[in-house]
Amino acid sequence: MYPIAAREELAPNIFLFRIEAPQVARKAQPGQFIMLRVDEMGERIPLTIADFDRERGTVDIVFAAVGRTTRKLAELQKGDSIANFVGPLGLPAEIGRFGTVVCVAVGYGMATMVPIARALKEAGNRVIGIAWARQGEYLFGLDRLRAACSELIVSAGNGADHSSFVIQPLRQVLQGGQPIHRVVVIGPACVMRYVSLTTKPYSIKTVVSLNPIMVDGTGMCGACRVAVGGVTKFACVDGPAFDGHLVEWDLLLARRCTYTGNEDQLSTFWQCEHCAQW
Amino acid sequence: MAKLNLNRVDMPIQDPKARGRNFSEVTLGYNPELSLEEALRCIQCPKPLCTQGCPVGIDIRDFIKPLREGNMEEAVRVLKSKNNLPAICGRVCPQESQCEAKCVVGKRGAPVAIGRLERFVADWEINSAYKAHVELPKPTGKRVAVIGSGPAGLTCGADLAWRGHQVTIYEALHVAGGVLVYGIPEFRLPKRIVQAEIDNIAALGVEIVLDTVVGRSVTIDELLADGYHAVFLGTGAGLPMFLNVPGENLNGIYSANEFLTRANLMKAYDFPRYDTPLKMGKRVAVVGGGNVAMDAARVALRLGAEQVYIVYRRSEVELPARHEEVEHAKEEGIIFHVLTNPVGFVGGGRGLVTGMECIRMKLGEPDASGRRRPIPMPGSEFLLPVDTVVVALGTTPNPIIAATTPGLQTTPHGTLVADEETGKTTKDRVWAGGDIVTGAATVISAMGAGKRAAASMDAFLKGGA
Ligand SMILES: Cc1cc2nc3c(=O)[nH]c(=O)nc-3n(C[C@H](O)[C@H](O)[C@H](O)COP(=O)(O)OP(=O)(O)OC[C@H]3O[C@@H](n4cnc5c(N)ncnc54)[C@H](O)[C@@H]3O)c2cc1C
Ligand code: SF4
Ligand code: FES
Repeated sequence: MYPIAAREELAPNIFLFRIEAPQVARKAQPGQFIMLRVDEMGERIPLTIADFDRERGTVDIVFAAVGRTTRKLAELQKGDSIANFVGPLGLPAEIGRFGTVVCVAVGYGMATMVPIARALKEAGNRVIGIAWARQGEYLFGLDRLRAACSELIVSAGNGADHSSFVIQPLRQVLQGGQPIHRVVVIGPACVMRYVSLTTKPYSIKTVVSLNPIMVDGTGMCGACRVAVGGVTKFACVDGPAFDGHLVEWDLLLARRCTYTGNEDQLSTFWQCEHCAQW
Repeated sequence: MAKLNLNRVDMPIQDPKARGRNFSEVTLGYNPELSLEEALRCIQCPKPLCTQGCPVGIDIRDFIKPLREGNMEEAVRVLKSKNNLPAICGRVCPQESQCEAKCVVGKRGAPVAIGRLERFVADWEINSAYKAHVELPKPTGKRVAVIGSGPAGLTCGADLAWRGHQVTIYEALHVAGGVLVYGIPEFRLPKRIVQAEIDNIAALGVEIVLDTVVGRSVTIDELLADGYHAVFLGTGAGLPMFLNVPGENLNGIYSANEFLTRANLMKAYDFPRYDTPLKMGKRVAVVGGGNVAMDAARVALRLGAEQVYIVYRRSEVELPARHEEVEHAKEEGIIFHVLTNPVGFVGGGRGLVTGMECIRMKLGEPDASGRRRPIPMPGSEFLLPVDTVVVALGTTPNPIIAATTPGLQTTPHGTLVADEETGKTTKDRVWAGGDIVTGAATVISAMGAGKRAAASMDAFLKGGA
């Protein structure tokens, strides 16, 4: 059993849980994830490691309570325990000295981007953060993100084509004259897709953090398979980070929505209402 | 002496119609009278050949003898002195090609039903208050880490505990048992039985640490530096193979591992009491012809599929599954499309699979494996309408351990290089056995490898080297 050392509602329905899991904390690296099971009846779900404290042996996770398991999780309080907590899984984020890196953080990405942005800055990069939410009340943890970046641009709301308020600041940075060497984006799949589409004409390496449905998280089942550059990869062991210009997004979105709704048509454009990532 | 009955005693079995809709065990096991009748068919050979056919060397004659005399405790003791998982082996071992293939009675009629007797004795122990007493030797003070809690790891761990070493088993999943819990379905191997056998091993003082992915949470080198004197790798062959044909990532197409893990380990058959869902259609194609394919097909049927096909590229005689499993599948109504190979998948809205494009095959000359090579017949393509597909083409070892452990050598197939007799790997103080060395094989061969490695590790640990 893994006790909940702290619990905080960061924004409406978005929660931070600090879990006592020394063996995960000991090895965690930015960009990795954990698999958890709430109780004996529970399913296994992946969540990105939002932060970790090796001394105290704790690991932070941040999630929106939208699905069966995340809602169940959100009902737990400080002092309660969860049944299983395994990690760190997946490959760590690639940290190098690239030059100027833009980090786009949306939804739970506002939390999970923090250790990545921090590591990139410590490695000598200039880190420009962009945080965006549909509505201002869904912006959270900006102080920590700002501290992790060299500079943070905050934006909220939707433009006419829904995407513009996250894409606009990114475009401004891209067109601002300074060379951008890399873009890292964490957020709902459709946001990562449109960010990748936006950077493609500029040929700037764009790293996305994919979150397909997973079962074991160790490479055993293939539920998490994604197509990248025409090759099938297992996101849990080959990822979760991939080149956003090579990801087959329609496939990812369709596979993510296996268990949501029963409509014949899948909306692969921007924020379908069932998407568990909102 | 009574005349030898050439026919073995039938084992009671659930009616095929009823069982195709439930997850209760298909075969029901002997009762005391039936077991006695079958045990009396053994002629108690002075030099029993059956034991030679057993990968762990069970003294078969010597456990059948007390069974005949009604001394169940002695039967359990003899059986368990060589096999720590007899209730499991009695159910899933391919006895027909091992001990029973060697049994002399088989020369004149049906061989003694050794597997059914083994199961009877083991179940008797589980259901009785009696526990085979094991006298553990004085602790040696040596610590061993066993990675993976499948049959290889459990057997190796138990054998080392028997020899006085302190054993910790590390398991990635949230339950111990490996394929026994995530792969083989409830109706063939009840999880209650697996748990009882694992509890017996834990009672030897073997510690089982769950939720630990070795290579990620902790590495082999860290374990060796952290006070473990030796390590055994029994991590199996968990990486599923796919067909690599167009459309294979459509929704509704599962690896057998995903399909069976959702159904067995996560208990999707009891959704929504359990949280894990399994999206199942009405027409299900299972690609492959091994035990895993049979299991997946029979699970699909029990989850409510109307038509379930086995699609296999060679002919029926080449089906690698155990004969008994094929028979059970047929009785339950599984439809066999042999000499048929998938070449692609087509999908509809929401990226859901709607059909499997197939081509008919014919058999040519024998290939390297000795089986006749399947050859596609041009122009024979056809579309099989399906809404769920399970790909059961086999598995290879998960690369996490090899990739994170310097000094471990692998073969081009991804298996570990290890000495066949001792299980010693290319890395100092590290042994391996089971599917990680052989590729996907059997429960009993994994147990045999675990046993041989335990003997070699014991010699190393006691040699004080
Ligand atoms: C559906 C199915 C049906 C089968 N039916 C039969 C049958 O009827 N008869 C038969 O004899 N055989 C059968 N087999 C084959 C048999 O189950 C295997 O050969 C046997 O289980 C192999 O044992 P093992 O101990 O080597 O590995 P496994 O049973 O695969 O156990 C390996 C364990 O190691 C764990 N692990 C992996 N990587 C790590 C890591 N990095 N850190 C920690 N833990 C790790 C895994 O989670 C797993 O629990 C079947 C297999 C399947 C899939
Ligand atoms: S070979 Fe057959 S008859 Fe002889 S001891 Fe073994 S089981 Fe009995
Ligand atoms: S989640 Fe099972 S292989 Fe990735």
